[in-house]
Amino acid sequence: MPAIHILNGSIIESEKLGRLARTVENVFGVATNVVQSTISIDRAFDQSRGQYNSTAILAILVNQPVRQNEKNILVVDEDLYIPVLTFVFGEAQLNGVAAIVSTHRLQNQFYGLPHDDTLMMDRLQKEIVHELGHTFGLYHCRQFECVMRSSTYVEEIDLKKAEPCHTCSALLKQAA
Amino acid sequence: MTTKPAILVVDDEQVIRDSLSKWFREDGYTVDAAENAAEALRQMQAQKWDIILLDIKMPGMDGMELQQRIKEIDPTGTIIFITAHATVDTAVQALKAGAYDYVTKPVDPDYLSHLVTNALKQRSLANENVKLKEQISEFSKADDIVGESPQIQKVFELIQTVARTDTTVMIRGESGTGKEIIARAIHSNSERRYFPIVAVNCGGLAEGILESELFGHERGAFTGAQYRRKGKLELADGGTLFLDEVGNIDAKTQMDLLRAIETKQFTRVGGNENIKVDFRVICATNKDLEKAVAEGTFREDLYYRLNVFSIFIPPLRERKGDIPQLVNYFVQKYSRSMNKSISGVASEAMDTLVRYNWPGNVRELENAIERAMVVGRPPKIQLQDLPFQLTEKNHIFPAGSLAAAEKAHIAVVLEQNRWNISRSAEILQIDRVTLYNKIEKFGLKKP
Repeated sequence: MPAIHILNGSIIESEKLGRLARTVENVFGVATNVVQSTISIDRAFDQSRGQYNSTAILAILVNQPVRQNEKNILVVDEDLYIPVLTFVFGEAQLNGVAAIVSTHRLQNQFYGLPHDDTLMMDRLQKEIVHELGHTFGLYHCRQFECVMRSSTYVEEIDLKKAEPCHTCSALLKQAA
Repeated sequence: MTTKPAILVVDDEQVIRDSLSKWFREDGYTVDAAENAAEALRQMQAQKWDIILLDIKMPGMDGMELQQRIKEIDPTGTIIFITAHATVDTAVQALKAGAYDYVTKPVDPDYLSHLVTNALKQRSLANENVKLKEQISEFSKADDIVGESPQIQKVFELIQTVARTDTTVMIRGESGTGKEIIARAIHSNSERRYFPIVAVNCGGLAEGILESELFGHERGAFTGAQYRRKGKLELADGGTLFLDEVGNIDAKTQMDLLRAIETKQFTRVGGNENIKVDFRVICATNKDLEKAVAEGTFREDLYYRLNVFSIFIPPLRERKGDIPQLVNYFVQKYSRSMNKSISGVASEAMDTLVRYNWPGNVRELENAIERAMVVGRPPKIQLQDLPFQLTEKNHIFPAGSLAAAEKAHIAVVLEQNRWNISRSAEILQIDRVTLYNKIEKFGLKKP
């Protein structure tokens, strides 16, 4: 039976993540639950950059045992990068079984602004849906408000909605 | 459906190849990767990419050298360098060698996305530009020049010879031979074809007006000059200035024009500012300029400046073999524009058209066909559709005295030339006074 597991490797209370899981269920039509992560990401740490290599973490995740039609998305607080870029909010295996999202640059404090938990959770919800969208085979979308629109700055995340546009929704249905 | 843009990543580090490939695939691009220059060149033999991301430091052949090799295979590929160690020297070298841009690792994701998006936009504009230029070349083909006679073939050769140079051209020929069409053909085959060809009819404008037309004027330069206006010389900047009926230019404007052609500078009427322009001059005349120079009505220095390369267009009566082809060309042209299904000309009508002398040359022939297309009925133009003066009837001289034949012949020539006395006298090879005397003697009257 298809399922999505949100692996909580962050300091966010799992109960709060559970509320995000309902949105995920609505978007993808797949039962979603939150479980505490036991995965160690220490070996993905790059001393020189002070960041975690998200591709290396994704490789760890992909090797986790999953049942057929199940996907894992890991939520961490650490700052992520892929080798050629300065940072990433998250990364996913296109048409795959695993994804990762970081809260590090989703928090207002990172930008010297007052803490805003609601805003951070709103951003996290969008990024979780975005990365999971890739695991369902969706590419970046040009629609302004679509959750699959590529966001390289946090302000761009705030502009979009938590749901895919009509076109991306149709593609999701085809993929199901 | 549009094709996805294709990107080739060339980097010796697998982790970079993988992360870039993954990053761009999520954007919907088609991405391929090569681990070294040899592999990239091998792949390029079989496929082309829109964007090539190159690492500068690679074992074997480095990115700089690879860029040159890639440009040899595909000069249109857009190359972006990505390197860990940026120096000003390498950046300058890369851009000089034709790279689109240069980024250092790690690159800001937003910057990389914009860089690639902008490179693709620029590439698409460049492709569009090439297509539009091809379309312009297609549109501006001199398709109005029709004929296979040796005389017109010689004109084609001269057009091809002179078009690519920047030489001043003098086109000579009788009225209606198509001097402006030849000028446009030269322009559209020249390097200036993407700039305008500006035509000025020097014969149709009064002295002061021609000066203002050519050089423009400042506000208040003369009564009625309420605004500053650019002249034809300024409008022709980068392109071609076509001076039709150049033999009719007055003495003062001849002098100003000579100076403008020689220095490529002029001032507007009523102005002080020196304006620099770059244009090529093509001029046309049906006058005997040599005679005008000898009589002192046309400046000798301007004559030599204009008469660098001369093209003579023969009158239609000297290339009658082209008439059937021209007739069919005009029939097709007007059947399309008038939406009439007339496919040609009946043989009797064609014989008449070929026999006629055509004093008004191709223009007269075109007008005759246009008129015939209006009155004619499908499938073909008949003899009676042709203008009255062309028909056989007018060429049948009455039996009887020489005077009767002379009267009939003079009447036909006057009719054919719309009672233009000078032209009729020239065709009859008598002077104008004699023609007037004969008109009076035979009691001929203008209709």
